[in-house]
Amino acid sequence: MATNPMHQFEVYRIGPEIKLGAIDISFTNASLFMVISSFAILLVFSLGSKNKSVIPNKMQLLAELSYSFVSKMISDTAGSKAKPYFSFIFSIFMFVLFCNMFGMIPYTFTVTSHIIVTFMLAAFIFIGVTIIGFIKHGLGYLKLFVPSGVPTVLLPLIVVIEIISYLSRPISLSVRLFANMMAGHTMMKVFGGFVISLGIIGGWLPLSFSVALTGLEILVAFLQAYVFAILTCIYLNDALNLHH
Amino acid sequence: MIKKIFFQSIFLSFLFLVKTFAAESGGMPQLNPEFWVSQIFWLTITFGILYIVLSKLILPKISNNLEIRKSQILENIEAAESQRKESEEKIKEYNKIIQDSKIKAKNYFNQAREKILKDISKKKEKLDNDLNEEIKKAELDIQDLKNKSPEKITKIAIETSNDLIKQLIGVEVNNSSISAIVEDLSKRKKSEYYGN
Repeated sequence: MATNPMHQFEVYRIGPEIKLGAIDISFTNASLFMVISSFAILLVFSLGSKNKSVIPNKMQLLAELSYSFVSKMISDTAGSKAKPYFSFIFSIFMFVLFCNMFGMIPYTFTVTSHIIVTFMLAAFIFIGVTIIGFIKHGLGYLKLFVPSGVPTVLLPLIVVIEIISYLSRPISLSVRLFANMMAGHTMMKVFGGFVISLGIIGGWLPLSFSVALTGLEILVAFLQAYVFAILTCIYLNDALNLHH
Repeated sequence: MIKKIFFQSIFLSFLFLVKTFAAESGGMPQLNPEFWVSQIFWLTITFGILYIVLSKLILPKISNNLEIRKSQILENIEAAESQRKESEEKIKEYNKIIQDSKIKAKNYFNQAREKILKDISKKKEKLDNDLNEEIKKAELDIQDLKNKSPEKITKIAIETSNDLIKQLIGVEVNNSSISAIVEDLSKRKKSEYYGN
């Protein structure tokens, strides 16, 4: 039997065990790839912003296109009020995108395939958006749960549904990313295992499938980062422009 | 729609795989809380640093670059526009100059032509006058000659007839008698000789 496809998601310690009181905060392979991704982002964008020529070079073009892409995404979904949160959404998008993309390199670790990481990001966004909503609108933010134009009879039911859907936002946001990444990587591992176990005669079919999956996974890696960022924008839009 | 079905099928197959392999390995490593705190810790640190550096250092630079480019392009477009206007004006000026000089050249040509024509007509008149005078003079001369010729002819006739008589008969005849005869004859036959 091929190697366990879930083995790639195992977290192990790199270097010595670091303890902060009773809490284990050792440097792991997950931490390593977080650091690598962040460093890669910083490298790409510092190189891209170093040059100030009117006609951009390749790195500058990359940085500026990413900038205008995210900027357009934010202004399309959340309007001009979301300008102050641009750098946060940009960081989120780039972090998720680079983590996903680094995961596509064989023998690497995919940070975003861990529910705890995606859940932390989603929870942070959820809490942040809720706080922003209450700061901007006070208790009026609760109107978000009471859609206008609904018959009074249905209101109790609708409000309950709205509250549940609001509270499930961090879960749906995190599980979407985590499940997509894990499923894709597991599938690729399984098909890779089939190539080995079916040998030179039967292995071509799973191999071709595996090639196709790689392309699909790169697409998914981008798409999920985009979805993560755009959902953040949509939640932010709810908090900033309260009109239901 | 197709995409949705596709992703759903991937997700279902993943659930299936998880079930089949879970028995073997003892569940998903993601649900093992051993390194959760470590992951949260490192996520906070890395993402925090990433966010701070991006928002404080890098993104302002990029947005500044974009602004500068935008304004520069606008400036360039404006400059190009003004230069275009200027050149259009210059073309107009140039055309005007060409038009003016064409008109001037035409005027010069016309003036010269008139002058020459005048000159020619003057000279022609003068020439005509001269010719007329000459012709008149010549006519006068001819008239004069015409008027004088009968006398001369009469004289010649007298002399010749005198000579002839001397030769024929050897007698010297008085000039006056001969002249009387010749005059008589010439008077009679004047219309025959000078018919005009």
